Formats: sequence, structure tokens, C-alpha cells
Amino acid sequence: MISMKRRVLLRTGAVAAVTVATGFGRAAWAEERKSIRIGYAISKTGPNAGGAGITTLPNYLLWAKDVQDAGGLELPDGSRLPLEIVEYDDRSSAEEVVRAIERLANEDKVDFILAPWGTGFNLAAAPLFDRYGYPQLAVSAVTDKAPDFVKRWKKSFWMLGGGHDYAKALAAIMADAGKAGTLNGKVAMVSVADGFGIDLVSAARPAFEEAGIEVVYDKTYPVGTSDFTPMINEAKASGADSFVAFSYPPDTFAITQQAQVADFNPKLLYLGVGTGFPVYAKNNSENATGILSLGGIDPANAANADYRKRHEAVTGIAPDYWGSVITYASLQMLQEAIRRKGLDREAVAAEIASGSFETVLGETKLEDNQLRKLWWTGQWQNGQFVGIAPGDRAGASQLVLPRQSWKKA
Amino acid sequence: MTPRFLLEISAFIAVIAALALLPLFASPYGITLMIGMLGYVALAIGWALFSGPTRYVSLATVAFFGIGAYTCAVFSEVLAYPLLLLVAGLIGLGVALVVGLATLRLAGVYFVIFTFGLAELIRQLVTWYEVNITGTLGRYIFLPVTPEGIYWQLLALTAAAFAMSWAISRSRLGLALKVIGEDEVVASHSGIDIARVKLGLFALSAVIMTLVGAIQAPRWTYVEPSIAFNPTVSFLTLIMALLGGANRLMGPILGAVPLFLLFEWLSANFPNHYSIILGLIFITIVFVLPNGVLDFIEKGWARRLPVAKPAEVHK
Repeated sequence: MISMKRRVLLRTGAVAAVTVATGFGRAAWAEERKSIRIGYAISKTGPNAGGAGITTLPNYLLWAKDVQDAGGLELPDGSRLPLEIVEYDDRSSAEEVVRAIERLANEDKVDFILAPWGTGFNLAAAPLFDRYGYPQLAVSAVTDKAPDFVKRWKKSFWMLGGGHDYAKALAAIMADAGKAGTLNGKVAMVSVADGFGIDLVSAARPAFEEAGIEVVYDKTYPVGTSDFTPMINEAKASGADSFVAFSYPPDTFAITQQAQVADFNPKLLYLGVGTGFPVYAKNNSENATGILSLGGIDPANAANADYRKRHEAVTGIAPDYWGSVITYASLQMLQEAIRRKGLDREAVAAEIASGSFETVLGETKLEDNQLRKLWWTGQWQNGQFVGIAPGDRAGASQLVLPRQSWKKA
Repeated sequence: MTPRFLLEISAFIAVIAALALLPLFASPYGITLMIGMLGYVALAIGWALFSGPTRYVSLATVAFFGIGAYTCAVFSEVLAYPLLLLVAGLIGLGVALVVGLATLRLAGVYFVIFTFGLAELIRQLVTWYEVNITGTLGRYIFLPVTPEGIYWQLLALTAAAFAMSWAISRSRLGLALKVIGEDEVVASHSGIDIARVKLGLFALSAVIMTLVGAIQAPRWTYVEPSIAFNPTVSFLTLIMALLGGANRLMGPILGAVPLFLLFEWLSANFPNHYSIILGLIFITIVFVLPNGVLDFIEKGWARRLPVAKPAEVHK
């Protein structure tokens, strides 16, 4: 679209010599252009609205506000253009995502498209991002197949790792604690029978085996389960002193409550999605301390701390401790790549793939189109969910085991 | 009758031919829009085929739609594409026959609840299988099907479904169905084999829905139970068919097209209020247009003339 416009301008101008024309064309084009159009389709309604409304959408809004406050997106020539946002609700339906992306690319002719929420929807959108040449910064997508996807869709970027990464990190923590004598090397594990739980548990089984950890209890429960007492009691009786739940937010909250009621005090407690939600700390206050989950932050990172404050001030809700900050960082990468390369999507994608960026995560650089510098395991410590694995990464906090027993109110 | 029949047939063919040529002119988004619309038109026709005359309100649409999508995902790497659709259709048929035999004796609200449960049951069965047997939940579909290809397939399916619906409404079978809808006891006393007629129609309608799912699935690249068995599909199909009038040939089309466009417009212009507006539309249709737009217009027309004067007398 951009090259088209420029060509038209050149043709109508048709007087100047080529060198002059290029300069003139660019200036004229920048004058004619009044904004940069950014589009996205997100689940505002339906079953995915909860996740999208915590991790993704607030960051899109925050970023848009930050850019507007700064006078717009900066281009290579130093000029700034305001954002024009085109937003669609995908209603948590794969067909709608596909249609909305087509609409953004063909009808609205947006300059860049931000990624939808969820593994499935990012995959549904990926062939379209690819066909129309848009870089896709997929943050809220956990997949072990990212290395394959990168080959299939050259401008796709996968920024939250895969199930194996998280499972291996957890197995390593447990193996080390077992060697140190803190844990008895036995684990009880439950998982939700849905994408996330299945991915994680099927990665965890071999990872635990490899690490020499005995899985003494392994149960899968359907989505929407609300009574975990039988599972908790069986886990309690299983002889394991580690309990792992690859759970969804409602389950995570329920297990936390019901484990307290059952006075179930495993030395290591690892829960799934939702543990990193701000509301989790609010509801459980001191009892959250010591609980492990996916993600985390470096508490000493000032940029991240500042980001968390602004996120809460602007959107009214605090960011989660896993995907939120990465979502914002992905937008900063896009912004910086545009500043360096302009609105040429091909060049921007190449810059995102190879460049190094200063974001709220610190210095960020992708490897093979994937963000690999992630916190695979985090732990609640002093009211913050801090990253503990990989332990050799700068800013890693020290793991605290065993966790304290529940404090009864 | 013959000239009118010929006229209708040629009009039908002309419309289909015009629609078939559309991808040559339409933008990619236009094609996408048409794919979504045709998908719902085909689903609504399929739904009305069985539920219209028999008045069995089915919420199993997404059960079959999802079976189609899943079949496509499971066999996309083993089977050639046309074969894939055939297998999907056969599986849909098989499930419909089993389910139909077991449940078409249910009536009224029991049937509604059962069909709603059926979609959830199949979704849970698929989940159980994937969790315990294959160990992964999502499946990938990498088929080289273009949007135009999907559009033409859906168009062909829609045309076939429409033609079937038309043929049935004019046949003895259609008459039998109407009698069943009015009164099953009368129907059985007239010598209609109720069970077989209902089962046949239910199966036919299920095959159409299954094929819609199988044809559309390659667009999503990734399929998991929550995507394939999204209950909204059932509700939207139902409300589209009801809006147009499930008892009429053109009803499903007149319901699906405007509602689909309305939803598309709403999601672009009122992304924050979509659910509220959708709920209001549901309520409006059920209360104001229980028999569909076509019926409302005809009755309104018929009522207006004779009723106008007595109403004044009352004052």
C-alpha cells in the first residue's frame, strides 16, 4: 500500500530527477499521511474474554496511550505520527478471528496488526499475518512447536516459550531440592483437561522421570471442576511432599482455598494460570508466600516496576506476573523497530528478528524469532511474584523451600 | 405451474451462478465475509430442514459442526481432500443415526435439553480421547485450500441444501413432516412412519451441518474442542432460522443474511456491547417474531385491512 501510494505520487510528480524524486516522494508522503493505523482483534466477549482482558487488552490500551502522550509513533526521519486504532471483538470464535484479520488487512488496510489472545487464535491468525506480510508478535501463546512455526511463517514471533520449558525448569528445581534433602522426591500432580494442562502435564511426565522424581499421583480433571477435595485428600495420602497443579484460574483459586480447608501443606506447592494474577495475592495475602507458578519478574528491574505502576494507574487493574509485561515489551519492540525502519513491514519484521531492544524487560533480543529469556518458574515472595528459574539468569531470586504452612485467619 | 416452475429453477441457477462468479470481483475480505455468511446460511437451512416442519428445536448444531471440523483435523494428513469431506459426512451421518434412534422419541423441552447436552457430551468425549489416548489437545490443519475454494464448496453445499429443502417441501415427505409437526398421533394414524421420517430428516440435516464444519475448519489452522464445539454456533443458527421463519423455504436465508451482517457490524462498531445487543435481539425475535419475519409480514398485511375498523368501534 505504501509503495503503491509512493508510486502514484511519483507518477503525478513526474518532473524531478530520480534522486530528487525519492526525497520529494518521501516528504510528500509523510505530509499526506496523518496517522499510523494499528489494528487488532481481541476476545472482548465469550470464554476467552477473561484472559484477554488481563494479559493482552490492557497492555494494548496502555501502549496506545503512551504513544499518543509522546506525540505519536516516531519514524526514521524523526517525525511523529499519531496512532489510529482499529479494534474488533472476535467473540472468542476462531472464524471471527480469521475474518477480523482479513478485514484489518484488506478493508482497513492497517499498517500493523497486533496479535490476538490465546495459542489457538494466534495459530488461526498466523497464516493470514503471513499471507498479507504482517509481522506477528504472538505473546499469549505457549507452544513447543514455535521452532516449526517460525519456519512456516517467517514473520511470526513466539514470545512465551513452550510447555517443555516450564516443565523442565520445575523438574530441575525439584531434583535439586531432592538432592539437598529438602524434598522426598515424590510428586502428586493434577492437571486440567484442556490445552494448557495437557501440554504441561505431558511435558512434565517425561521431565520428572528424567530428573528421577517419582510421580505417585497423576490425575486429570475436566474444565469447570470446582470441588478439588477428593484430589487434595488423595494427594495428601499419597506420600508426596510436592503438589503440582497445571490449572486454570478458577481451579487455581479453588485449590488454594480447599487446600487450606483440608490443611494440606505440601513442602512445594506449584499452581497454574492465575497464580500470577494480582488478585491472587490480594485474596491470599501472606498465604500466597512460597507458592510457585509459571512466569515471574525481576524485582530489581526499575523499568518493570515503573511499568507495573503505570499499568495500574492507566488501566485500573494491575498486570499479571507472566504474560503482561511481555505483551508490553513486544509492543515496545514493534515501536522501536518502526522508529528504526519506518513502515515497511518487511524491514520491521527483519529488525524485530535480528535487532536488540531496550524494553521494560531490560535488553531484549529474539533468538530464532522466539523470546527465550523468560522466567520459567516464579515464586511469591514478600508480596511479589519473583522469577527463580533459570537461576543463573541475572535478577533471579533465591528459591525458598519448604513453604510455610497455611496461616489460619 | 410449469412456466412458474421453470422460472423458479432458472432464477435459482442464475443466483447461484452469479454468486459463483463473485470471487472474481470481490476483495479478499468480501470473500471472507461471504464464507462466514454462507456457512451460517447452510447451517440455518440444515437446521430448518429438520426442526422447521417437525418443530423439534435442536441445539445440536455445533455437535455436528464440530464433528466435521474435528474429522477434518484428524484426517487432514492421511486422506485426500475430497475423501476427507466424504468421511466427515459419513461420520456425521453415523452419529446422527445413533443419536436419532435413541432420542427422537423425546419431545418438547426434553429434546432441546438433550441436544444441548449432546454437543457438550461429544466435546467432552473428544477431550477425553485426546487427553488419555493421544496426549495432546490441539490439532493442526495444514491444507492448501484457498478462501475461494472454501467459498465455492460452501456455495455448492448451500445450493444443494436449498434444493433438497425445496424438493422435500413439495414431496409427500414434506407433507408427512407437516402432519408430524401438527400432531404426531394424527400422523401415525394416517399411516406415516413417524420414526423413520424423523430419523431420515435429522440425519440429512446433520450431514449438512457436519460438512459446513469440515469445509470451514482449514481456515482456522488449529482446532481444539473449545474452538470446534463453541455453543454460540448452535444459538446463532437457531436464532437465524427463527428470525427468517423455519417453516419457509426462504426463511433461513432471510434470517441468516441480515443477522450475520448485523453481527459483523456490531462487532466492529460496538465491540463492548455486543453481548447485550445480541441478548436483546434474541428476546425481540422470540417475543415479536415467534414465527419469523415472513410470517409476521404476511399476517400483518392480512390483519391490517379487516381489523382496522372493528378496532375503532371499540373506542
